[in-house]
Amino acid sequence: MYRILRKEKLAPGIWLMKVEAPFVARRAMPGQFIILRVKEGGERIPLTIADYDSRQGWVTIIFQEVGLTTRLLAKLDEGDTIQDFVGPLGKASELDGLKRVLCIGGGVGVAPLYPQIKYLWEKGTSVDVIVGARSREYLILEDEIRGICHNLYITTDDGSYGRKGFVSDVLKELLEQGNRYDRVIAIGPLIMMKVVSGITKQYDVPTVVSMNPVMVDGTGMCGGCRVTVGGQVRYACVDGPDFDGHLVDFDEAMRRQRMYREEEEHICKLTEKLTEKEGL
Amino acid sequence: MAIKAKRVPMREQDPEVRRRNFNEVALGYSLEEAVEEAKRCLQCKKPMCVEGCPVNVMIPQFIAAVVEGDIEEAFKIIRRTNNLPAICGRVCPQETQCEQRCVLGKRGEPVAIGRLERFVADYCMDRGIDDEVDIKPNGKKVAIVGAGPAGLTAAADLAKLGYDVTIFEAFHEPGGVLIYGIPEFRLPKALVKKEIEGLKKLGVKILTNVIVGKSITIDELLEEGYKAVFIGSGAGLPKFMGIPGENLNGVYSANEFLTRINLMKAYDFPNSHTPIKRGKKVAVVGGGNVAMDAARSALRLGADEVHIVYRRSEAEMPARLEEIHHAKEEGIIFDVLTNPVEILGQDGWVKGLKCIRMELGEPDESGRRRPVPVKDSEFVMDADIVIMAIGTSPNPLIASTTPGLEVQKWGGIIADEETGATSKDRVYAGGDAVTGAATVILAMGAGKKAAKAIHERLSKE
Repeated sequence: MYRILRKEKLAPGIWLMKVEAPFVARRAMPGQFIILRVKEGGERIPLTIADYDSRQGWVTIIFQEVGLTTRLLAKLDEGDTIQDFVGPLGKASELDGLKRVLCIGGGVGVAPLYPQIKYLWEKGTSVDVIVGARSREYLILEDEIRGICHNLYITTDDGSYGRKGFVSDVLKELLEQGNRYDRVIAIGPLIMMKVVSGITKQYDVPTVVSMNPVMVDGTGMCGGCRVTVGGQVRYACVDGPDFDGHLVDFDEAMRRQRMYREEEEHICKLTEKLTEKEGL
Repeated sequence: MAIKAKRVPMREQDPEVRRRNFNEVALGYSLEEAVEEAKRCLQCKKPMCVEGCPVNVMIPQFIAAVVEGDIEEAFKIIRRTNNLPAICGRVCPQETQCEQRCVLGKRGEPVAIGRLERFVADYCMDRGIDDEVDIKPNGKKVAIVGAGPAGLTAAADLAKLGYDVTIFEAFHEPGGVLIYGIPEFRLPKALVKKEIEGLKKLGVKILTNVIVGKSITIDELLEEGYKAVFIGSGAGLPKFMGIPGENLNGVYSANEFLTRINLMKAYDFPNSHTPIKRGKKVAVVGGGNVAMDAARSALRLGADEVHIVYRRSEAEMPARLEEIHHAKEEGIIFDVLTNPVEILGQDGWVKGLKCIRMELGEPDESGRRRPVPVKDSEFVMDADIVIMAIGTSPNPLIASTTPGLEVQKWGGIIADEETGATSKDRVYAGGDAVTGAATVILAMGAGKKAAKAIHERLSKE
């Protein structure tokens, strides 16, 4: 059992949890993820590590309530325990030897981007960041990131904060203005990563994206997380989650993401009924 | 009294009933049936059956105890060399091991050793009978990687010898393939849990949710004071055929399909939260036990039709005869000498399987006749779920994070067959991680040998 040391609401439906998990924290690196199961009978879901302290033995996760498991997780409070919490999984992001990097985060994808920005900043890398959110209230980690980058650009879909529009608009501008980066790191919804990769390809800027497909074990055993990269089948859990954005087959990934949509809707409806009935 | 040529049959769930439930198929012997079957044993002076057993269970001795009706004694005799009799009695391929060598088999049916082992184990488990072991702790720590058959066996033997044993398991539940792979209808999970509880009573600690190679490395374990490490991490990576369409929605590896069902209990969705796609027409590619397990599971999830698609003929199928027989009884359709060439899709979902007919040519390196495609024999079968059950390879997580640990080209850890010793000092390995996908009992045998070798090494220090 893994104790929740801190719980904080970052935005509507978006939560931060600091979890006591020494075996995860001791070797965690930016870009890696964990798999958790909220309680017995629960589903195993992957979540990217947002922060960690190997000496103190804790890991931070940030998640959005999208399905049953994340909703059950959000119901837990400080002091409660999570049934299972395993990691660190996946390969660490390769962040060494870079001079100037543009980090792009969309929605809750800003959370896994944060430890990468922090790592780059601490290594003395020049970092620009674009953060996008639906509206002002959904924007997360603004203060944390502002202190560890050179330029921070914020976009909101509705224009309630920062620039109205998408992260890709700013990206295009920066590249058009002649800004040169040796890498773009993009983490967010698949469609955002697809659009970003499309733009950077035109400008020939190496781009890394972080994939978060359906998975069960997270150690290469089930093969459910298959992603096609440059025509090759790769497992996001052990070969990734980072891949070359110019080579990822995003259309296939988006289709595979919908594999259990029917079941998700079914179970969410069922629990809504239960919630109404039993006041859970 | 003449020995009966035929063994006492074991009761089974009716195929028409069991094809729609996950309850155990074989129902086991009663005491009377077990005694009757045990009386068939000739009590050979030189028992060939024992040699056929990878863990050398003292077969004639335990059967003699069954004849006497002293089941507790029979249990103690089995447990001297086999820590998991309830499991072995169910999933061992006895027909190619102990029973194959039984003298009675020359003229009639061999003694049903597996069924008797199962009976003895179940009888004692049901009554809470356990063998008492006097353990003298020696304070030496040994780490076991993976709580599957190899690891559990090594752990039990070492714990009985007084070692302070900790098992590190990547999943949230111990048991390895016994939990995630072999279905409930062949091996009830409650039984595996009981066997594991027994292990804990021996003082073995099991840390779940720890991935050796990720959460902690082999070298770190050695630095932390473990005097030896046994790697029994299994052969976990599923193989795919590399044909077009394998990433369509509705294509599973057998590993994923079975893990969702067995470990995550997806058959009980939505009570269990893990979903699984239930197909109407399911095609399972492969001819081993795992293929049979996947096919029979798909049927139990409610499929109208389940096909086994296998490129060789039925005679070459690696699955146990009993499993093939059970699958057929339940109505699984066998398409042999048939090889998939493409998975067809519509709107991103599996729609069918394009196959080619095969014929058998000359024997290949495995000694089986090589299947060769028949020209212009392609055809399409409808399918909405395709499950690939064509084998697995070892997980590279440990090898890639353990300097000095040598592996074969195909990824298997190189280990001495008799001792499990690897190229790295104090590190031993066994089971599928070394051999590639094999059987539960062979993994247990390897765990046993390694435990013995570890003891020989550490008792000198």
